[in-house]
Amino acid sequence: MQPLSDPSTSCTADTPCVDVMRSGHAACPGCGQAISMRLVLRAVGPRAIVVTVPSCVSVIAGPFPNAVADMPYYHAAFEVAAASAAGISNALKIQGKQDIPVLAFAGDGGTFDIGLQSLSGAADRNEDFIYVCFDNEGYMNTGIQVSSATPTYTWTGTTPTGNTRRKKQIMEIMAAHRIPYAATASIGFPEDLMQKVQKALDFRGTRFIHLLSPCNTGWKIPENMAPKVSTLAVETNVFPLYEIIDGLQYQITYHSKGLPVEEYLSVQGRYTHLTPEQIKSIQSETDRSWQALKQKSGRQSQLES
Amino acid sequence: MKQFITGNHAVAEAARSCRPGIVAAYPITPQTPIYEKLSEMEASGDLGGIMMRMESEHSSMAACISASLTGTRTFTATSSQGLALMHEMLHFASGARAPIVMACVNRTLALPWAFWSDQTDTLSQRDTGWMQIYVEHNQEALDSVLQAFRIAEEVLLPCMVVLEANFISHFMEPVDVPDQADVDRFLPEVSIPQRFDIDNPSYVGAVVSQTQYRDFKHLSQEAMYVALETAESVDQEFGSFFGRSYGLVEAQDLKDAELVLVTSATITSTARVALRQLREKGHKIGLVKIRLFRPFPTEHVRKLLDPVSKIAIIDRNISLGREGIFCAEVKAALCNSPVKKQIQGYLAGIGGTDVDVDLIQRIVLDALSREEFLDRPIWMKEE
Repeated sequence: MQPLSDPSTSCTADTPCVDVMRSGHAACPGCGQAISMRLVLRAVGPRAIVVTVPSCVSVIAGPFPNAVADMPYYHAAFEVAAASAAGISNALKIQGKQDIPVLAFAGDGGTFDIGLQSLSGAADRNEDFIYVCFDNEGYMNTGIQVSSATPTYTWTGTTPTGNTRRKKQIMEIMAAHRIPYAATASIGFPEDLMQKVQKALDFRGTRFIHLLSPCNTGWKIPENMAPKVSTLAVETNVFPLYEIIDGLQYQITYHSKGLPVEEYLSVQGRYTHLTPEQIKSIQSETDRSWQALKQKSGRQSQLES
Repeated sequence: MKQFITGNHAVAEAARSCRPGIVAAYPITPQTPIYEKLSEMEASGDLGGIMMRMESEHSSMAACISASLTGTRTFTATSSQGLALMHEMLHFASGARAPIVMACVNRTLALPWAFWSDQTDTLSQRDTGWMQIYVEHNQEALDSVLQAFRIAEEVLLPCMVVLEANFISHFMEPVDVPDQADVDRFLPEVSIPQRFDIDNPSYVGAVVSQTQYRDFKHLSQEAMYVALETAESVDQEFGSFFGRSYGLVEAQDLKDAELVLVTSATITSTARVALRQLREKGHKIGLVKIRLFRPFPTEHVRKLLDPVSKIAIIDRNISLGREGIFCAEVKAALCNSPVKKQIQGYLAGIGGTDVDVDLIQRIVLDALSREEFLDRPIWMKEE
């Protein structure tokens, strides 16, 4: 078991970190989501309340009476991560305990699909919590089915010839709610990830972290590849790292090498069926999105200068 | 202080006086005036707690559960479709042992669309592990909310206070709204477990094994048995505080009864008049009103109805493919009764149709003269 961090010391990228999350969790070996959770909890520290919903996150938390961290944990229903976190943060307010952060952990299914209404309602009310979407681009806990976070052409158990839909733009949806803080993050860039979580802690209101969390089983990659694939997602601009303040101010936090998307796609078994035309199409869509993001971020730089 | 108010308004006054920390709600006819009234109270500073204006009933219940588990007193109100949408979270609330109090205004469930009183919405939630109190009038609605918080917080189970659309929700009656000081004495400051204690962390809702699941449910069932005693003692204590008590089951004129009519909710008031008139004509009819439906007061019902051989039961609800739900429950409660029973179920008032004195008398006279008691319910309609 990892030693628990001293509640009085906050962990930053510059100071040595102590893990809140224990080893011996219930995730698959090398799980990208377990690494994500570990980094998020490392950044937050143990004095927070965690809401999880059905997803790999709740599996990782462990079966009764085991627990993955010495923190109050609540396993709510699938579609109500946000409403449940909001109930807790309002109750804490009534109790005068507003210094305790409330975290909502959900997968992409619980965020993009079944939990979107509850998340939108909470974001609309600017409820006070940090929502972390651990996006593994499909229903992996139930055995690899398509979600609205699954990218185009991706193989899943319910898209055996490739997904015909486009990945839902969850960051744009959250930005449209004008929430105080939203950011993308990746375990390929752990310092950036932790800095963003810590930055989120400094805001009040609804904060949203979109965290790409590779699923080795669902993405058909070897057990040791989650961090590498996460890095490639960023370096190919498939999953750019940026943040949005108040739904308006876009800021790219890492300027990628702009590698061809093929370098990201070719290491994953879920893309082995792709034709050259499909790869070309993914490349052009990725370029288009990256240019649009740069424009939004650039507009912001111009405004600031 | 006596006020001339609707049942919804009475419920809002009751909820306010219980000093809830969190009210999470969503509009639905005919519950909405409760939500509006509480919002007015929040705006004027009279509520004290936080109103969460949710985007659905499902989320309302989700927020109530987590707020309750955090240790605050929590209230919500809904009806019909809203209650049906909450269904998943109702099981969750009782499983989490969250002592939430919810006012449910009975309304028809779609399809077809309608807005009238019908108890099938709440009775469909029979097996969710919530306690259910069915009320007869506005005063009982107010009083039952106060009692519900006491019972719920003592046994750690959620409780519905069920009032009918229009007949209670929108009808005005003189209601005694108790002084805040008296309510505070009856219902002390909230003291329920704070399940998300940062210094003593625990995991609520972890995945359990088969035996653990069974044992959790066994504990909840035991809590329901305790709740029967608690509901009775809280009602008695309420009586000593406020001079009004209702019992879990109320009986009237059973001693010499040749037939007993079983009712719930507002039909009871009309039945009181109908039976008084019949008694003047020489028909000795007793009345049993079932107020607490979950936990079901089997012992109370048996004590009253064991000696009785002829029973008529009125239901403003139906379990399709079976019969009225109160009827089925009463029959089940009496199956070990030593006296052989003849029980006839009558469906009356479904869809919010009128159940007037005449209709109730027709039911009673039918049951009195009936040679064969049917397993199927009899649909009572206007003549």
